[in-house]
Amino acid sequence: MQIRFQLNGKPVTVDVPPHELLSELLRDRLGLTGTHVGCDTSQCGACVVHVDGRSVKSCTTLAAALEGATVTSIEGLADGAALHPMQQAFHEKHGLQCGFCTPGMIMSSVEFAKNNPDPTPEAVRHWLEGNFCRCTGYQNIVSSVQAGAAAMHAQRKGA
Amino acid sequence: MNARTGIGASLLRKEDLRFVTGRGNYVADIQRPGMAIGVFVRSPHAHARLLSIDTTAAKAMPGVVGIYTGADLDADGVGGLPCAWPVTGKGNTPSKEPVHPALARGKVRHVGDPVAFVVADTMVQAKNAAEAVVVEYEPLPAVVGVLDALKPGATAVFDDIPDNVCVDWEVGDAAATDAAFAKAAHVARLSLVNNRLVGNPMEPRAAVAEHDPSRGSHTLWTTSQFPHIVKLLMGNFVLHLPQHKIRVVSPDVGGGFGVKQFHYAEEAVVTWAAKKALRPVKWVCERSEGFLSDAHGRDHVTEAELALDERGKFLGLRVRTIANMGGYLSTFGPNIPTNLYGLLLAGVYTTPAIYCEVKAVFTNTLPVDAYRGAGRPEATFVLERIVDVAASEMGIDKAEIRRRNMIPPDAYPYKTPVMMEYDSGDPGGCLDRALAAIDWTGFGKRRAESASRGKLRGIGLTTYIEACGLAPSRIATRLGARGGLFESATVRVHPTGDVTVLMGTHSHGQGHETTCSQIVSERLGIPPENIEVVFGDTDRVQFGLGTYGSRSAAVGGSALAKATDKVIVKGRKIAAHMLEASEEDVTFADGRFSVAGTDLSKTFQDVALMAHYPVDYPLEILEPGLEEQAFYDPVNFTFPCGAHIAEVEIDPETGVVSLVDYVAVDDVGTVINPMIVDGQIVGGIVQGVGQALFEDCVYDESSGQLLSGSFMDYCLPRADQFPQITVQTHVTPCTHNALGVKGCGEVGTIASPATVINAVVDALAHLGVNHVDMPASPNRVWRIINDAGFGQTAK
Repeated sequence: MQIRFQLNGKPVTVDVPPHELLSELLRDRLGLTGTHVGCDTSQCGACVVHVDGRSVKSCTTLAAALEGATVTSIEGLADGAALHPMQQAFHEKHGLQCGFCTPGMIMSSVEFAKNNPDPTPEAVRHWLEGNFCRCTGYQNIVSSVQAGAAAMHAQRKGA
Repeated sequence: MNARTGIGASLLRKEDLRFVTGRGNYVADIQRPGMAIGVFVRSPHAHARLLSIDTTAAKAMPGVVGIYTGADLDADGVGGLPCAWPVTGKGNTPSKEPVHPALARGKVRHVGDPVAFVVADTMVQAKNAAEAVVVEYEPLPAVVGVLDALKPGATAVFDDIPDNVCVDWEVGDAAATDAAFAKAAHVARLSLVNNRLVGNPMEPRAAVAEHDPSRGSHTLWTTSQFPHIVKLLMGNFVLHLPQHKIRVVSPDVGGGFGVKQFHYAEEAVVTWAAKKALRPVKWVCERSEGFLSDAHGRDHVTEAELALDERGKFLGLRVRTIANMGGYLSTFGPNIPTNLYGLLLAGVYTTPAIYCEVKAVFTNTLPVDAYRGAGRPEATFVLERIVDVAASEMGIDKAEIRRRNMIPPDAYPYKTPVMMEYDSGDPGGCLDRALAAIDWTGFGKRRAESASRGKLRGIGLTTYIEACGLAPSRIATRLGARGGLFESATVRVHPTGDVTVLMGTHSHGQGHETTCSQIVSERLGIPPENIEVVFGDTDRVQFGLGTYGSRSAAVGGSALAKATDKVIVKGRKIAAHMLEASEEDVTFADGRFSVAGTDLSKTFQDVALMAHYPVDYPLEILEPGLEEQAFYDPVNFTFPCGAHIAEVEIDPETGVVSLVDYVAVDDVGTVINPMIVDGQIVGGIVQGVGQALFEDCVYDESSGQLLSGSFMDYCLPRADQFPQITVQTHVTPCTHNALGVKGCGEVGTIASPATVINAVVDALAHLGVNHVDMPASPNRVWRIINDAGFGQTAK
C-alpha cells in the first residue's frame, strides 16, 4: 500500500508492505540508520522517533499507520549544523559512551523536556524507564536531560 | 594548551557529534551492492544427536541464495573455532579442548547451537526458508548446573570427556594453607554462587562479509573489540585464508563488555558464505538470538574458608570453585575462572597463605567467557564476602578488620602468595576517603530513620584490587596465552603537522578518539582538533590486540606515548639541521624545537613540512617523512584498587532492595580525562549492581532451556533503580608505564556486586543472615525475611 507522510520536514511517498515496521522502513529503505534496533520485545528504546511530536518505539509501529503523519528521526532533530539543545546537552554532560542507545534517548528526552522545563532527577529517571543504556549507568544521561530541558526552554523564551 | 586539552583535562568527546546526530556507522547500518541476508537455524534442544538436516524444501523457496550446514563447512576443510588461552591444571594436565565446529556436527550441545545458515535476497525470505529447514534431532538428557555435571554417571557433554572436566586447576601453596588453618583462632566459612550473566551490549552482534574473486580478497565488517585477532583466528585456524587477503573492520561498535572480544562462529560462517554465494552477506543478531549465541559470564559455585588469629589477622584462605565453561570453549574460556580469578584472591590484604582449586566443567549451556571484570569480580565477591562474614562472627568493625589486614603503603612493590606483584596502590587512603564521603560513623542515625519508616537499612564496604592492563606477554604466555598481548600505535605526521594516530586498540564507548588525542596533544603540543584517531580496520592499522581487560590506556596509551617519543627524536634531528645546531642542544616543548640558551626555534609544523619537502635536509643520513610506529609490551599488569561503600534500604513487606547511596573511591592511576573516567566508573558500578540486584541468567535444570531469554525476563538495570553515585579518584601512578595509568573500565563492575551484597546482608544480619546469593531479587529477599519470621516479630 502507498502512504504519504512528512519525514524530517520533507514529504515522502512510499509503498509499504502491511507487515513493515517503521524502524525497517527508516533503516533499510530510506537510509536513515540513526534509528537503532536493540531488542525484539519493544523494551530498549533505541528505536524511538517522534510521530506527530510524541515519542514512539518505531520497532513496534507499523509503517502503514503513518498516512498523513509527521515523523522526526534523530537525523531531523538538528537545525542544519546547529545541534538541538538536547543533542548539545548530551555532548556537554557526557551523556553517551558507545552511542547506540543515544538517538532513542535523545528523542525520548526531547518529548519529555517539552512538557518538563525543570525536571527533577527522579522525574527524568522515571520517564527514561523505557530506554536502556548499558554504558553510562544513566547518571550523566539524567544530567544531560536536565540541562537539555533548561536549554530548550531558554531557547524558546529567547525566540 | 595542555592544561585545557592535554592529560588531566575533561575535554569533551570528539566522537560525540556523529552519535548525537544519528551518523554513527554500526555494522547493521552497512549496505553493500547485491547484499543478501543470512539467518541461522539454531538448536531448540540443549543436548541432542543431530540425525539429519533436510534443506530440499527450503532451498526451493523464493529468494533463497544458499543453505549451508556443518557438512558443507567440513567439505571445504573449515576448522573449528580455536581456544586462544588454554590453561594447565594439576599434574601438568592441559585443559581439554574439544572441537568447536562453527556449525554443529554430530551433536548439538546447547540451546541456540547453530546448525545451518540460510542466505536469501531479503530478511523475510531468509526467515521463511529457515523455518522450512527440517532438522531431525534425537534429544539426549541435558546437564545444566556445574554440580550436576560432576556427579558420577552424569551425562557427558563430549563423549570422550566422560567426567565433563575441562581442567582441574590450582594455585597457591596447599601445605602452607593447611598449616595456617591448623593454628587459626577462628575460621569463617562461606558457600556461595556467582550467578550467570548475559552481557547484553545495547548493539546486538552483526557481521557483513564480501568476497572479491578477482583479487581473492575477503572483507568482514564485524562488531568486534579486536578485529586483528578475528582476522588471525578466523583466517589462520578456521577458514584457512591468507592473512594478506583478509580485511576485518570493526566500525562503530555499540558496547562490548567482553561479549564482543571472542571470535564467534557467525563471523566465520558469514565470511565463508559470502565466498560460497558470491554475494555480500549480512547477518544481524536479534536480541533474543543474542541471549542464545553471545558467550555468557560468571557462573561459579564456590566454597571458601578464611583462617584468622584471635585479633582478626588473616592467616590463610582456601577456595574451591567449580566454574561453568558451557557446551564448548569460547576464545578465552578456561583463562577466566583460573588465572583471572585465583591470582586475585590476595586482594589488598597480607594473607600469607592462599590455596585455590578451580574445576572448569562442560555443561549443555552457552559457552562462558569474559564479561566486564572477567574473573576479578568473582574473586572480589568471594574475598569481600568472607571478610564480612569473619568480621561479623568475631565482632570486629568491617572497616577495622580490613585496615588490620591491609598491605601497608610502604610495602609496595608487594608480592602475593598467588603470583602477582602489585607495583603501587593506596587502598587504605581510598578507604579513609570513602568512609568520610558516606559518613560511615553516622550510619546508625540513618538506619534508625529508615526503621522509623518500616525499612531495613544496611551498609556494605569493599576494598579491592584488580589486575588489568592485559598483559605482559612474558607472563601471559607462561599462563597459557597463545599470543602476545602487547599493543601497537602509529603516529603519522602530515606535511602540515596535523597528525593521524593509528591504534591497535578499539573504542566501543570508551572515548579513545578523545583520550588518545589528549595524549598526543600533551606530548606533541598540537591541538586535539588537529589529531585524528583511527582504529578498527586491519587494512589501516598494521596490528593490534584490541580492547579488553582495561588495557587501552595502560598498553595502547603506552605504545602511543612511545610513538610520540620516536617522532620527537626524529624531529630533533631535523630541527637540529634546520637550526644548524647539534642535536643534543635541541629541546622540544609545547610544540616547538628550540636550541638551548638561544632564541632559535622551529615549530612542530616547520619540522613536519621539512620532513616532507626536504629542500634543506640531511638526506644522506636521515630518511625523509615523519611517521613512527611503536610496539609496547608491558612489564607487569597494572593494579587499580579502591574502596566502595553502598547503602541499601529493604522493604520487608515486598523484599524490594533499593540502592540509596553509593560512594566509590578508586585508584586508577593517572587520569587522562576525568569526565571519561568518571563515566566509565559509574557505568561499571551500575553494571555490577545489575548483577547484585537484578540480572540473572536462568536455565531450566532438567531441559536446559534458557528461561531468561529476552529483556522480558532478564532484568537489565534501568534509570529509575539508581541514586546519584559519588565517584572520587585517589591517584598513585603506575610505576612501570610512561603515563602512570592503570585502567578504569572494570573497577566498577569488580567492586560493586560484593559492596551491594555486603550492604544487603548487613540490613538482614539481625535476622541471622550471613549471606544472600545474587541477585538479591524481591522474591529471594522476601523469602529470607519470611523464613526468618520477621513478619511475626515485627508485629
